[in-house]
Amino acid sequence: MHPSFSVIFFTTASGAGYGLLALLGVLAPLGVTPTSSAFGFVALALALGGVTAGLVSSTFHLGHPERALRAFSQWRSSWLSREGVASVVTYVPAGLFAIAWVFFGTISALLGALAAIGAVVTVICTAMIYRSLKPIQRWHNSWVLPNYLALAVMTGALWLALLLQTFGAGNRGVAWLTLLAIVLAAVLKLGYWRFIDSSASASTVASATGLGALGTVRLFEAPHTSENYLLKEMGFRIARKHAAKLRRIAFLLAFALPFLLALVPLFAAGWPAALAALLAAPLATIGILTERWLFFAEAKHAVTLYYGSAAA
Amino acid sequence: MTSLPAQPGAKRLGLVIDLDICVGCHACAVNCKQWNSGGIAAPLTDLDPYGAEPNGVWFNRVHSFEAGDGAKGRTVHFPRSCLHCAEPACVTVCPTGASYKRAEDGIVLVDEQLCIGCKLCSWACPYGAREFDEDAGVMKKCTLCIDRIYNETFDPVDRVPACVSTCPVSARHFGDLGDPDSAVSQMVAARGGYDLMPEMGYAPTNKYLPPRPHKDSAGCTGALAELAPAIPAGSGGLLGWIDQLLSR
Amino acid sequence: IRPGTDGLFVLALIHELLRAGKIDEEYLVRYTNAPWLVIQDEGAADHGLFARDGDGRPLVCDDATGAPTDARDPAIVPRLAGTVTLADGRQAVPAFQLMAERCLEPRHSAERAAAETGIDAARIKRIAAELAHAAFNESVVIDQPWTDWAGRRHERMVGRPVSMHAMRGISAHSNGFHTCRAIHILQMLLGSIDTPGGFRYKPPFPRPIPPGLKPAGRPHQITPGKPMAGPPLGFPTSPDDLLVADDGTPLRIDKAFSWEAPLAAHGLLHHVISNAWKGDPYKIDTLFMFMANMSWNSSMNTAGVMSMLTDKDASGAYKIPRIIYSDAYASEMVAYADLVLPDTTYLERWDCISLFDRPICDADGAADSIRQPVVAPDHDVRPFQDVLIELGARLGLPGLIKQDGSPRYPGFYADYLVHHERKPGFGMLAGWRGADGTQHGVGAPNPKQLDAYIANQCFWRSEIPASARYFKHANRDYLDWAVGMGLLDKAEPIVLNLYSEILQKFRLAAEGHGAVQPPDEHRLRVKTYFDPLPLWYMPFEESEAGPDAFPLHAVTQRPMAMYHSWGSQNAWLRQIHGENRLHINRRRATALGIEDDDWVYVTSHHGRIKVQAKLMEGVNADTVWTWNAIGKRAGAWNLAPDAKEAQRGFLLNHLIAELLPERGDGQRYANADPVTGQAAWYDLRVKIEKAPAEERVSEPHFATLPMPPHSPARPDVLRYGGRFRIARAGGER
Ligand SMILES: Nc1nc2c(c(=O)[nH]1)N[C@H]1C(S)=C(S)[C@@H](COP(=O)(O)OP(=O)(O)OC[C@H]3O[C@@H](n4cnc5c(=O)[nH]c(N)nc54)[C@H](O)[C@@H]3O)O[C@H]1N2
Ligand SMILES: Nc1nc2c(c(=O)[nH]1)N[C@H]1C(S)=C(S)[C@@H](COP(=O)(O)OP(=O)(O)OC[C@H]3O[C@@H](n4cnc5c(=O)[nH]c(N)nc54)[C@H](O)[C@@H]3O)O[C@H]1N2
Ligand code: SF4
Ligand code: SF4
Ligand code: SF4
Ligand code: SF4
Ligand code: SF4
Ligand SMILES: [Mo]
Repeated sequence: MHPSFSVIFFTTASGAGYGLLALLGVLAPLGVTPTSSAFGFVALALALGGVTAGLVSSTFHLGHPERALRAFSQWRSSWLSREGVASVVTYVPAGLFAIAWVFFGTISALLGALAAIGAVVTVICTAMIYRSLKPIQRWHNSWVLPNYLALAVMTGALWLALLLQTFGAGNRGVAWLTLLAIVLAAVLKLGYWRFIDSSASASTVASATGLGALGTVRLFEAPHTSENYLLKEMGFRIARKHAAKLRRIAFLLAFALPFLLALVPLFAAGWPAALAALLAAPLATIGILTERWLFFAEAKHAVTLYYGSAAA
Repeated sequence: MTSLPAQPGAKRLGLVIDLDICVGCHACAVNCKQWNSGGIAAPLTDLDPYGAEPNGVWFNRVHSFEAGDGAKGRTVHFPRSCLHCAEPACVTVCPTGASYKRAEDGIVLVDEQLCIGCKLCSWACPYGAREFDEDAGVMKKCTLCIDRIYNETFDPVDRVPACVSTCPVSARHFGDLGDPDSAVSQMVAARGGYDLMPEMGYAPTNKYLPPRPHKDSAGCTGALAELAPAIPAGSGGLLGWIDQLLSR
Repeated sequence: IRPGTDGLFVLALIHELLRAGKIDEEYLVRYTNAPWLVIQDEGAADHGLFARDGDGRPLVCDDATGAPTDARDPAIVPRLAGTVTLADGRQAVPAFQLMAERCLEPRHSAERAAAETGIDAARIKRIAAELAHAAFNESVVIDQPWTDWAGRRHERMVGRPVSMHAMRGISAHSNGFHTCRAIHILQMLLGSIDTPGGFRYKPPFPRPIPPGLKPAGRPHQITPGKPMAGPPLGFPTSPDDLLVADDGTPLRIDKAFSWEAPLAAHGLLHHVISNAWKGDPYKIDTLFMFMANMSWNSSMNTAGVMSMLTDKDASGAYKIPRIIYSDAYASEMVAYADLVLPDTTYLERWDCISLFDRPICDADGAADSIRQPVVAPDHDVRPFQDVLIELGARLGLPGLIKQDGSPRYPGFYADYLVHHERKPGFGMLAGWRGADGTQHGVGAPNPKQLDAYIANQCFWRSEIPASARYFKHANRDYLDWAVGMGLLDKAEPIVLNLYSEILQKFRLAAEGHGAVQPPDEHRLRVKTYFDPLPLWYMPFEESEAGPDAFPLHAVTQRPMAMYHSWGSQNAWLRQIHGENRLHINRRRATALGIEDDDWVYVTSHHGRIKVQAKLMEGVNADTVWTWNAIGKRAGAWNLAPDAKEAQRGFLLNHLIAELLPERGDGQRYANADPVTGQAAWYDLRVKIEKAPAEERVSEPHFATLPMPPHSPARPDVLRYGGRFRIARAGGER
């Protein structure tokens, strides 16, 4: 699948934003975070800013962004529509939670919980958009949803850790949570990669053409000699070697380095911990952008079976 | 409404494509583009038409495959267009209601006025039947030529899709695949017509008829493997032989 | 099959059928010249010609009496074998016997054919058996009485369902004429021609063999200011009809109807430019052409032809001084013209598809059609037919002016379609003739004829009566109908040529008989290839270059979606075929270390090209092929300089020479069939090797052509139909 930047940015930014929102919604009422309006403002601005930037960017790839509102109408059948509805609905408790905290100094457990639920539901909808697409076997599997959730929590936790460090409120619990989230996300990602490397799709050029009974089926001539929409959008191919390298980079940036950096507060509070948190969140975010790029680039669409792929 | 019709009608209009006789001439694809350029999906925009990467919107594409090796192998031309599936995720994924399936005849269409151009439906179609018009910013696809098949101004014989009417070898057939007695259903039954990628669970309406087996073994036409010489060699020289042959 | 060997394959099939006696003797006797007696008098001036009676009627041997008898006598049963003594004491044998002896020679056995054709003997034998089975065990019978030319009534039409179609794959080889003849003879032997299920004639065929037209162009036939005595193309029946000077040199610039290509019924367009450049047989001052892309896909030795078109002599003058060319598009050829006559496309003019040319008839009816202008030209162009008619009138050509000198066809081509008569009653269009438009086929011009066509969707068709639809060559109803339609002059049966006396006449000339004889350098060639019996020989390029230096055949195939170079400028079709590959048998390519998309050099005795390879299963292992005419010159057709057609597309034509390699005697024969001069496009032999892939551009690659002045700019996007839709939606979208 063609890795389009707007979608990669959207899922990464909104994932981190919703992760952060969910953590704030749960942890702030528990008193894990500072309770100052300033912290509330910065943290929720970052969370909702990430979410909003992501949502806005997601409309960039639309042919008719001005009609985007229509996308809320088909929540009965469409995960994309559900995602839109969930994201908008989430703004309500999240906004009220923010207003109560920042302007009235009240950290509402109910609003926080509702915002957290909204965030999780939205991330689930996002993941389900991909997970539900049967023609893309590398998305249509049970690894995708946990991956999206874990990565959202992990990036949220890293950004939360950064915020806490910036406000001088480093917290061992959050440090442990961050480490746990990184390990979980890393394990799930490795599991995903192993899965897509080892599982063959049910569809082959033989089933796509129905000609398998005649012997090996090979494309002789494509219908057109230059690329069309299908090939540009769904025929993206990445060399194995190239993908392996990018996976290593993604793993290093998204998991390995953040993990090491996330260990620092457990041993050295103060400026080393702050510095580590300051590095970890952006590094992981870059790592997740790479991971997300790969999520698209490595996904093969069944239509490529008609264009020379033996399996998709 | 992108939920599928709660009560799908009995009528399931679609195409049957005979891979045994398709010659891969692309006439169906070209006539499809021509006809639809005058219809509800117009224009089927072409970008860079005279440049290095000409690419346009088509609703029908003709691939050519080779199946099998050496003398046992064969070339199979393979037209590909929307299959008007019974369980089309291209419809259910659509967030706007632009993509829909008609209850009355099963035709899957896009209402361009509603389409936001998110492309998700094209991702959801395993068959590559949807092509995005970058210039218009909306998704386009085969209409099953609704503006022909129901066109009262046409003679009844002409109320078939453009691709069907143009095929020089009659490799394409149009009809109601929901009716087991229709000519197309009978043809599918007789020839072992099949679904593409049945494992996807989309339950395509269109069916493909497989290439018939090669007739290349001795005796398969009822003929002998070789003709018996009528007269043993050497009986009266060549002339005598001809004479005997002709006077039998 | 290995290219160029179909003739041998067919002869092997005939061999098998003859050995088994699986032939339709009745058909042969009734409809072909198989029983006609051929004079056997080696060395005589009429050796190998048909024995005739005093009135010139061919003779057969009457089985009842054993005596030579009028071949047309329907009452007798002629013999197909056995020597007969003629009235003058000389001997003769039926043509069938000669044919059978030829085909039964061991060189035509399935085993021998297998080695050349690559089709194993068992398979050849099986196919022969299947043909016999279809023809004789699965006859198609139509319960339709009919009457033959001799008045014999037949209750049913019995058909032999075997039908063969041959086109360029056969004719574009230097043995193509004889291969075609062999295929035709096979169908005669099976008795399938124009029978139910068999190969069927479409009007205006069958025509007399050969048709009565002879090419005009000998000096006495050309008088300045007078029409030529006959058509420029036709069918010579003996050396006397050739267009050669007394010393045997050709009279036409393309050398058609000369000893180099005596039966060149189509002319030899592919030689015009090189002959004109060489001044052989003479120099010309103006080359005037239309609708032929001669500096590109329509020429052999394309790069050479391009330089000939611009070559100058010692004095600095162009060797071909003036070039006038009419095209509807900015083709590669336009760039070489001094004067371009921009034609309309067919949408903007009147056209006709006439029974005089290659009409749209089917086997059950005669038909012709017109085109009418459907859009007005959007720039300064004019129908070429109109231009020709006007030029003719301005030059005062007698056929194009009235007595008073004014133009005869002031309404130009539309006027000409209606009013021109080839002879009284015979015009371009057969439908709705006669002053009141009620006659069909033959009739006086009808001023309202075009309106009648338009009212009938531009088509005219006349159904052949049911009793006349088969056995047309000998069917009285058909022959009468065809005469009524003006398709035939006389309702006489057309006897199929199992044996070709015409070829024998040329052979006799080569052997020293008659007034018109070939120059010595052509004698052996004419003697060899003007064989009255079916013949197979190895195509010239293969036999002269030897099998080893260039081990592969290279042929083209027309892509169904495109017509030669037309379509390249079509924004839709060029998405389908924007570039081409050289298709190589997978195992052959693998042995050569070639993979999909590799760049390879393809070399012939004449040149070398660099192209991209594509492996496939479905091609003969000794053959490579590509789509015809996909390669384009950058800049032509308003294509962008980086268009794929110019970057990766290619032509095989650069490898094909118009002349064969020089022979021992210094002669270079045309790369064509020696009988008809048909271009041997598919005789090409090549070798292939991997090429460096640094520059991913096909070779040769030519400088970008400038677009002609006033050409429209290249659009970036086409939205065909968008305006219709906006209009339908009431101007809104
Ligand atoms: N779409 C389309 N139609 C056209 C044209 C066009 O350009 N495009 N051109 C028109 C014109 S001008 C012409 S002359 C006709 C030609 O019509 P065809 O003769 O049908 O032309 P090709 O498709 O080029 O076919 C040549 C075929 O012969 C095969 N071949 C080559 N050598 C041999 C051989 O030795 N033996 C056998 N058995 N096969 C061989 C080639 O592989 C190829 O498949 O088509 C006309 N129709
Ligand atoms: N290698 C190889 N070469 C071949 C062949 C092959 O099989 N292999 N086939 C050969 C054969 S059989 C043929 S017939 C030739 C065909 O070769 P050409 O006859 O040269 O065919 P086209 O390339 O179609 O070119 C015809 C020209 O007519 C122009 N044209 C189109 N419409 C009109 C019009 O309305 N009016 C005018 N005035 N011009 C118009 C086009 O722009 C084009 O320049 O190619 C031959 N060349
Ligand atoms: S073929 Fe594709 S576009 Fe057509 S109905 Fe099925 S899934 Fe939808
Ligand atoms: S591109 Fe248009 S039709 Fe397709 S899913 Fe999006 S809104 Fe629906
Ligand atoms: S049914 Fe109509 S729209 Fe669909 S492929 Fe055929 S011609 Fe095109
Ligand atoms: S028009 Fe008919 S023969 Fe030609 S590609 Fe289409 S289905 Fe095949
Ligand atoms: S160009 Fe196509 S439609 Fe026209 S006559 Fe030839 S095959 Fe038929
Ligand atoms: Mo041709």
